Amino acid sequence: MDILNAFLIIGALGLLLGLGLAYAAKKFAVKKDEKAEDILAILPGANCGGCGFPGCSGYAAALSAGTAPNGLCPPGGAPVAAKVAKILGIEAEETAERMVAFVHCRGNHELSQLDYKYDGIEDCNAAALLFKGDNTCKYGCLHLGSCIKVCPTDAISRDEKGNIMVNPALCIGCKKCTLVCPTKVIRMIPARGSHAIACNSNDPGGKVRKICQVGCIGCKICENKFPESGCKVVNFLSEIDYANPMTQIVQAAKACPTKCIVEAK
Amino acid sequence: MQRIATFRKGGVHPSDRKALSSSCAIEQLPMPVELIVPLSQHLGAPATALKQKGDTVEIGEKIGKASGFISADIHSPATGTIKEVRKVTLANSVACDAYVITVDNDAEPKQWEYHPFRALDAQEILAIVQDMGVVGTGGATFPTHVKLMVPKGKSVDALVVNGVECEPYLTADHRLMLEKTEHILDGIMIVAQATKPKKIIIGVENNKPDAIQALRAAINMADYPITVEPLKVKYPQGDEKQLLKATIGREIPSGKLPIDVGAVVLNVGTAYAIFEAVVLRKPLIDRVVTVSGEAISTPKNLRVPIGTKVFDLLSFCNGTSRQPEKMISGGPMMGFAFFDDQTPVTKGTSGVLALDHQKEHDAPTTACISCGRCVAVCPMGLQPTKLNKLIEHARYEDAMKLNLMDCKECGCCAYTCPAHLPLVHAMKIGKKMGRK
Ligand code: SF4
Ligand code: SF4
Ligand code: SF4
Ligand code: SF4
Repeated sequence: MDILNAFLIIGALGLLLGLGLAYAAKKFAVKKDEKAEDILAILPGANCGGCGFPGCSGYAAALSAGTAPNGLCPPGGAPVAAKVAKILGIEAEETAERMVAFVHCRGNHELSQLDYKYDGIEDCNAAALLFKGDNTCKYGCLHLGSCIKVCPTDAISRDEKGNIMVNPALCIGCKKCTLVCPTKVIRMIPARGSHAIACNSNDPGGKVRKICQVGCIGCKICENKFPESGCKVVNFLSEIDYANPMTQIVQAAKACPTKCIVEAK
Repeated sequence: MQRIATFRKGGVHPSDRKALSSSCAIEQLPMPVELIVPLSQHLGAPATALKQKGDTVEIGEKIGKASGFISADIHSPATGTIKEVRKVTLANSVACDAYVITVDNDAEPKQWEYHPFRALDAQEILAIVQDMGVVGTGGATFPTHVKLMVPKGKSVDALVVNGVECEPYLTADHRLMLEKTEHILDGIMIVAQATKPKKIIIGVENNKPDAIQALRAAINMADYPITVEPLKVKYPQGDEKQLLKATIGREIPSGKLPIDVGAVVLNVGTAYAIFEAVVLRKPLIDRVVTVSGEAISTPKNLRVPIGTKVFDLLSFCNGTSRQPEKMISGGPMMGFAFFDDQTPVTKGTSGVLALDHQKEHDAPTTACISCGRCVAVCPMGLQPTKLNKLIEHARYEDAMKLNLMDCKECGCCAYTCPAHLPLVHAMKIGKKMGRK
């Protein structure tokens, strides 16, 4: 008899609590944003922050809420933007072209002059605290690899000469390196660009000649002799206008006396 | 036995190496042919230029005007012509405009007349101090007239004068206390007249017994209400916070100033500059600089015009006897390493050191062994090891939550670290990135 009582009590209790749970699940249900979930499934999941949101889920939520424009995801590019547009039921616009980072300097400890011997923390911003770094040229790369540390896809590496290079195939355009770099020598260029200027110095030509063998001296040969190269010298530094067809860029690169127009690869 | 005061928390005992120059009387450096006078020699906004290329200037003439509340005037240290206005980088990596002045060597030396000071009231004293461009000469170069302004509703309990000079090598303040004792005391009394403190204390570390004696004798002679407090030798006693703890037993809360605990702190060098400003109406255009270090042929204490190039200082001390491993402006603990001998002396340059090859310096950096020594010596009660790790991982906000901003870069942690970790460098970068 006693055993029956126990069964009844436990059974009744179970029924009651079960009903309570069922009710709570209905009443306090967390509304899932189906759209955001779907978008999240499409985004690459790199969580690189290139869109400006805290990770892919942040951007997915913003997209679904309509608070962020489509096409901000650099690693996803056009294909992802098109899929997202489908879910949102909007037209896929022309997304901005793919950009990759490029270190605009080929100076190194052999080719360019140093002010002093730096032996502090291995970090570009730490070195920049002391006279803006050990390079006499205050525009150049400090070679301590702060960008390498922040790159989410290991696209940046140091080559055998000590130069810091970006592998454009791996770069997803998140811009983290450009934000951490103290000299702003690493900047974005269009991925389709065949060439880039490997110098960042606004120093006058005479000074550059003295302190660096591979710096742009602002001689304007590229600009004047090869108008179709897209090169234009501003502030003693040549810059490439990538909107230009750049048909003469190879000749210009050959003619550059310090060879600072280099292939971007 | 009498208890000798010091601050309690943290601190280290670096070997003081003061014997190299402590017995060298202050010598006047002959006027160099060219001076480089920067417009930013103080904490705060740089001064605005009042002169241009080609203008002639007279010794003591105002050539830069303070450009904000925390800023200071700049005066010409010599008679001559302005050769050019040029961008310079000072030893502390501050880049600013500077006058390059070609000195006119035939100019008549200026006589500074004596002005009585006893009748001046607080307003007048502050105005003169401001007009003469006086800033703290201990290194922080805070404009003195701002420091002496007692905010409404606050009163000064104690005027504490810093004669500690706890940095190794430096002996400029020590020599000043010995050679200009009366003038320093007059300077202190002028400040007392402006701030009306209840008591006046000069803190001197007891490795300078001669200075303590000289000060006491002069105080007795003049019958001034000043006490000299000998302090146990410990670095960084010369810091405001530690000095107040040691002398009047008060602690400045994080982010507050001495005046918030009713104190005004002043360096002996600044007291001397105030004396010259108020009594002689002579602007801050020269200062005493210790030129020392194992690589200097003849270490000296020199009185030099502001704007003198380090090169001129070194040549007067017969140059360096061997290639220095490091040149430092200021003391070895908190000073700045620099590389250019054209760097000028500014109002805050207490010393120029040429250090020899240091063995300790060669020791390789290894991983933190969590020994906790850095925590024990940090006078601000921080955890350098933890901060260092956070900064290494770019977690600047977390580091700020652990009061990174309280770090005053005294160097105790890095000095003591058996793993030779560059802790202060990490703190500096953490602060810079954290502010962003
Ligand atoms: S001159 Fe140009 S290439 Fe040379 S170090 Fe400077 S930025 Fe680099
Ligand atoms: S590109 Fe910038 S961050 Fe990268 S190593 Fe050079 S200076 Fe440092
Ligand atoms: S440098 Fe900063 S963290 Fe290191 S002991 Fe001094 S106050 Fe503490
Ligand atoms: S003193 Fe150096 S080794 Fe010891 S805990 Fe601090 S950082 Fe680590």
